[in-house]
Amino acid sequence: METFFFVFVATFALGTALAMVLSKNTVNSALFLILHMLSVSGFYLSLNAQFLAVIQILVYAGAIMVLFLFVIMVLNMDEDEQIVTKVDFKQIFAVLVTVIVLAQLLYIVGNFTGALPDFSQQELMAIGTVEAIGDEMFTTFLLPFEATAILLTAAVVGAMLLAQKNVNVEDEIE
Amino acid sequence: MEAPIISSYIILGAALFVLLNSAAVCVYAERRIAAFIQNRVGPNRVGPFGLLQPIADVVKLIFKEDVTPSYGNRILHSVAPLIPVTTALMTVAVIPFGDGLFITDLNIGILYLLAIASLGVYGVTMAGWASNSKYSLLGGLRAAAQMLSYELPMGMAIASMVLFSMSLSLVDMVNAQIYWWGIFVNPIGFIIFTIAAFAEANRSPFDLVEAEQELVGGFHTEYSSMKFGMFFLAEYMHVVIGSMLITVFFLGGYHLPFAGYYAHLLPEAGTLAKAILDISVFGAKVAFMVFVFIWVRWTIPRFKYNQLMSLGWARLLPLSIANFVIIAFILMMIHEFF
Repeated sequence: METFFFVFVATFALGTALAMVLSKNTVNSALFLILHMLSVSGFYLSLNAQFLAVIQILVYAGAIMVLFLFVIMVLNMDEDEQIVTKVDFKQIFAVLVTVIVLAQLLYIVGNFTGALPDFSQQELMAIGTVEAIGDEMFTTFLLPFEATAILLTAAVVGAMLLAQKNVNVEDEIE
Repeated sequence: MEAPIISSYIILGAALFVLLNSAAVCVYAERRIAAFIQNRVGPNRVGPFGLLQPIADVVKLIFKEDVTPSYGNRILHSVAPLIPVTTALMTVAVIPFGDGLFITDLNIGILYLLAIASLGVYGVTMAGWASNSKYSLLGGLRAAAQMLSYELPMGMAIASMVLFSMSLSLVDMVNAQIYWWGIFVNPIGFIIFTIAAFAEANRSPFDLVEAEQELVGGFHTEYSSMKFGMFFLAEYMHVVIGSMLITVFFLGGYHLPFAGYYAHLLPEAGTLAKAILDISVFGAKVAFMVFVFIWVRWTIPRFKYNQLMSLGWARLLPLSIANFVIIAFILMMIHEFF
């Protein structure tokens, strides 16, 4: 059952990832990326990390990708704006970065010898719950957690300031 | 999470059946109540009291021509109506209808609800984009902005109720309200949640998504036949789901008011009698909330878009956060000193 689930989700994830990269239409790409994120949450589920699975959908598929889609739809990129016209420095650089990242990934996977830490099914279930994650977050990882909170607050205030500034400029023009 | 048992499949089937049909009942109720409020008669020709009107409507929708805009995206145009219906049906998986009468008791049920609700945005957005019409696109973008904005106060209102139940499971949520319903201990949360539920269902007074004067029909301008019917179905299913969630979070689910104080005085009911009683109580509360949804639609005029946004971000969100912090403080004080 678990193998079947894994094969299904893995095929789905690979298929949507390929479709996302290969599809010509930007909106279609974004939609395939959403499907891909749903399949990633399927992986989390099969590892009994229910909290992560739901948060993956809630944050990435439900909030961030909506904004991406929003922007893409408003910009309304047409097919004749394809960038594959001439090979420039940017593309060579992109290929280089891709090859490096792929090499790193292969290096990590190739060096991997031992299996995952040996947990029983019950232990795995206990680790993935909200209570366990909250417990860890507010004891062991309290400082990184609070630092992230401050960082996010700063980002929100910055975004507000940028938006506010534009409003003032418009007022002056009027 | 235990393996599903036979009874959860039976409840799943029954719940999906009831939910799909509740949309038809809601359409009939909406038209009759609207007529009553506006001093008209309403549909009364098809069947006794016009009860067969929804069936006639559906038959009409099925036989209409299905038009796809010629320069739109054909596939997305067809997929879009499925999404709101699917998300509405998926919600039912975690709602407890009675004592032991739930499909599954997820320990992250509330997060699951929020995640599913957040996916509903895509149906409307895709419908707006795939139609290749400026009215549809504007309607879709409005819907996305509105639903994203009202998810936050909704989440905070739910979080303030989680403080009472100390659990993200909906079964625990209902059982925590056996003595005092959520509406009595957390009235501000109830008001915020109800307003947000109206906005999430795209119902008047927040139906700017399909404001006729400005956007013709909003995101479903280019939809006809049963594809339009799906959006129609989804809207009423979201009304029913919203009513169920209000019932579960704030109206004590299947418990009678203050049931904990006198439940032991009542004669012991058998399993079947108890199940029937639970479902009747739950159903009555849901029916009342559906009535409130319809009542508000025909009483309160539509908001302007800037009013909608400032209500969501400048009023409801700070209020819901303040409500959450104050309740957390009070509960901690009670825990500390009593």
